[in-house]
Amino acid sequence: MRSIILSTVARAMLPILIMFSLFLLWRGHNEPGGGFTGGLVAAAGVILFSLAYSPRAARRVVRVDLKTLTGFGLLMAAGSGTVAVFAGKPFLTGVWWKLAGPQGSTIELGTPFFFDLGVYLVVIGVTLSILFSKAEEEERP
Amino acid sequence: MTSELVRNASLAALGVLALAVLVAMVRLVKGPSLPDRVVAVDLVGMLAAGMIGVLSIYAGNGVYVDVAIVIALISFLATVAIARYIERREVR
Repeated sequence: MRSIILSTVARAMLPILIMFSLFLLWRGHNEPGGGFTGGLVAAAGVILFSLAYSPRAARRVVRVDLKTLTGFGLLMAAGSGTVAVFAGKPFLTGVWWKLAGPQGSTIELGTPFFFDLGVYLVVIGVTLSILFSKAEEEERP
Repeated sequence: MTSELVRNASLAALGVLALAVLVAMVRLVKGPSLPDRVVAVDLVGMLAAGMIGVLSIYAGNGVYVDVAIVIALISFLATVAIARYIERREVR
């Protein structure tokens, strides 16, 4: 049942997939990508790990409880929308800050990024809780 | 952006890949056993990744390459999941 090839590959692929998902999340700002696809790719890495080892081991890899992860992401996405309300604009309007970067450059940080980060966490949490509950149901005889 | 020769060559490559998808589809429909169909689906996924790679050369746009990477990574996962399902079914 347990394949040594699969478990070795899963161990190597998990960091690669998570790095790629962060890349997608980061780039989703101006080009194709974003929180949703990034979250799905990260969840795929963890699911590969759960197929190779066990759902319990994969839950340990995530470290955070999935409900906490989903709730925190939802709070972050909603919170990034309410920032605009305090700035006197309609809900979910993008608010941008200009931060001083290295060598006199400016980094533009906006609420859309935090919204995307919230979506990323929600997608990881929801996808993993659906698939883990299916896998754990399967394990019980 | 890209030269005429590269565009024509990538169009020809797209045609060949489309033909390969068709042949894989025949195996998917005819396939006598479930593993045959699974391998055919995996092949179609990989061919889709290849087609998107060729398309990115044709369009001269590097964004498509990331799509190909995602398909190549995820379709492998689907095959593993189905293989597990088949293995489990045979035990019972």
